[in-house]
Amino acid sequence: MGDYTSSELVSIFAMQGFAGISLFSVLLLMALGLAIIFGQMGVINMAHGEFMAVGAYTTYFMSSLTETYFPSFMPYYFIFAIVVAFFVAGVLGYLAEFALIRHLYKRPLDTLLATWGLSLIMQQSFRTLFGAREVSPTLPEWLLGSYQPTETIDIPLNGMFVLALTAIVTLGVFYLLYKSSWGLRVRATTQNRVMSGAVGINTKKVDRYTFALGCGIAGIAGAAFTTIASTGPTTGTLYIVDTFMVVVFGGAASLIGTIVSAFSIAQAQSILEFFISGSMAKVYTLFALVLILMFKPEGLFASKVRR
Amino acid sequence: MKYSGFSKRHNILRRQILKGFMALPAAIFLSTSCFAATPPTSEVNTTGLAITDDTVTVGILHSLTGTMAISETGAQEAEKLAIKQINDMGGILGRKIEVIQEDGASDWPTFAEKSRKLLVQDKVAAVFGAWTSASRKAVLPVFEKENGLLYYPTFYEGLEQSKNVIYTGQEATQQILDGLNWVAKEKKAKTFYLIGSDYIWPRTSMKIARKHIEKVLGGKVVGEEYKPLGDTQFGSVINKIRLKKPDVIYAAVVGGSNVAWFKQLKAAGITSKKQTLLTISVTEDEVLGIGGENLEGFYSIMKYFQSQDNENNKKFVAAFKEMWGDDSVIGDVTQAAYLGPWLWKVAVERAGSFDVDKVVAESEKGDIELTTAPEGYVKLHKNHHLWSKARVGQWKKDGQAEVVYTSELIEPDPFPAGYQ
Repeated sequence: MGDYTSSELVSIFAMQGFAGISLFSVLLLMALGLAIIFGQMGVINMAHGEFMAVGAYTTYFMSSLTETYFPSFMPYYFIFAIVVAFFVAGVLGYLAEFALIRHLYKRPLDTLLATWGLSLIMQQSFRTLFGAREVSPTLPEWLLGSYQPTETIDIPLNGMFVLALTAIVTLGVFYLLYKSSWGLRVRATTQNRVMSGAVGINTKKVDRYTFALGCGIAGIAGAAFTTIASTGPTTGTLYIVDTFMVVVFGGAASLIGTIVSAFSIAQAQSILEFFISGSMAKVYTLFALVLILMFKPEGLFASKVRR
Repeated sequence: MKYSGFSKRHNILRRQILKGFMALPAAIFLSTSCFAATPPTSEVNTTGLAITDDTVTVGILHSLTGTMAISETGAQEAEKLAIKQINDMGGILGRKIEVIQEDGASDWPTFAEKSRKLLVQDKVAAVFGAWTSASRKAVLPVFEKENGLLYYPTFYEGLEQSKNVIYTGQEATQQILDGLNWVAKEKKAKTFYLIGSDYIWPRTSMKIARKHIEKVLGGKVVGEEYKPLGDTQFGSVINKIRLKKPDVIYAAVVGGSNVAWFKQLKAAGITSKKQTLLTISVTEDEVLGIGGENLEGFYSIMKYFQSQDNENNKKFVAAFKEMWGDDSVIGDVTQAAYLGPWLWKVAVERAGSFDVDKVVAESEKGDIELTTAPEGYVKLHKNHHLWSKARVGQWKKDGQAEVVYTSELIEPDPFPAGYQ
């Protein structure tokens, strides 16, 4: 380390810090939708990754549409695409709940198989509709490149964008779940379905919209990830393991737990990766997770529910 | 009514007789002129392959579904194009090629099972297929046991040579060594950072690269890094690279990770203006996903680029686009896959037989050459690999590469001494 100036080391330190925060925001954005579906509803949604892919493909579709018909709109389409991705994935989630999931609430383990089947169906549909090759939406110029506060520091713009988006979505989810009357109904339904029904909550409707919301957020995540990674028919499978890891480690049914878990996994991963090789960093991170889960099988923040 | 019926029958009879007479000289003519091109089936097929008097059946075995479909689509398209062109020219030994296509589904046991089906049940004369090293290793014992013939199109790590496989892609030394020599000479590179996905091909390739850098070029490897397949987070690695300040980043990242890797490099401000990057895992196919703007100015080392300016290639690109659409791009492996059926055709015609043993014996003479190859010229070495040139391409924004360096014809050496 002798031939580095101190300002260079500070820069690397700053950038590495940002890499960790950036990974945290990616993990959190991935997990938010699942935290609602798995955490609040107890549905093991194996097709969650595919709903992210729906968002990513929607963005790609919007990008080609804009490029062909409204080229002057290119710098702004991305924001618009995220909103559309939310609604497309949300509507698909709504339909999936209606056609499939609602029949399986009493058999939670069967949802695992059913949603896995759904994920395979969705993957093959992507392949048929968009082709087997990976695609990339054309990103607006303001999302490319880096922000340079000093000569030696480069902060990726797309990382900052994902960070901001994650913050907005997280706050939105918090507001919806804990401050709105709809959130109250969702939490009531989670805690005691029969009683909620008795006090006049339409629990079926609550289920459907909760599932749709979770899928919609997955769509937003998918749209955001087109800025940092690829979109292909099997893109979803890349994310699903990390997503479940974050939610399970944080403790299902706890939004705070999801945030803390995403933060600790991201920091462990990125710090380890800086000092040892990428594969081994992942091994150690997972090993630590397994150890902690052995002592706290309910996750970091277990919900205090009487069983 | 009765009368007309009789008349009709009479007419038919007369027509048949006339046709018989007319066919007579034609038959004589046919039998003399075509005899050489269409030898009897019993002669060209002594091992019970699926060959009739006017057809020969081959298999195509690639992943049409699953993760690898992204990469293998181009290869099977090229093979079908070559087969169509051969059929338009009259086929092989007077027989049209018929194709049975099977889907390996990106699953290695499925590859083995399907290849067994093609060889045992369908009795195909040759199979064009497999892509990843894992799928090749899975089908290899089947081909060796059933004595089949496989044309394998992908550039790969080497360290293999089977009687039953013809390797139409380049083995590791053909791809790696010249690229490193070029970058050391042109860019005065002394320090290298190696990064790849974590499986056999990148690891073997990096092993060869490291030996070459340290022993031959006198350079230094300042970092060697492997990321799990499918990983999409490169922030920490990029910072590590920044810390080490290598002259060259040498990359073999594959699949979805590849896209993430280049997007994040660009986002981190590491572009070709400040950094030389040479990769052995990006072809035109991958650029579709990565996006030309993220790669602009970086280098790939391959044996073929779609932009190559020669008559063979222009014809090939035009024919490919006519068959598979104007949007299609052609990568290195796609071109190598296209060579398979043509190499098989030459070997079969020279052997005068479809028997696998005879075709292999002919191929092992080491003098089968294709002057019509899109990459220019190739020759089959007796070690079952192709002589080929290495080319360095610099990527442009539109997703095509400009060839900036072409090597001499390189002898394939699947078991390089001192590199294992």
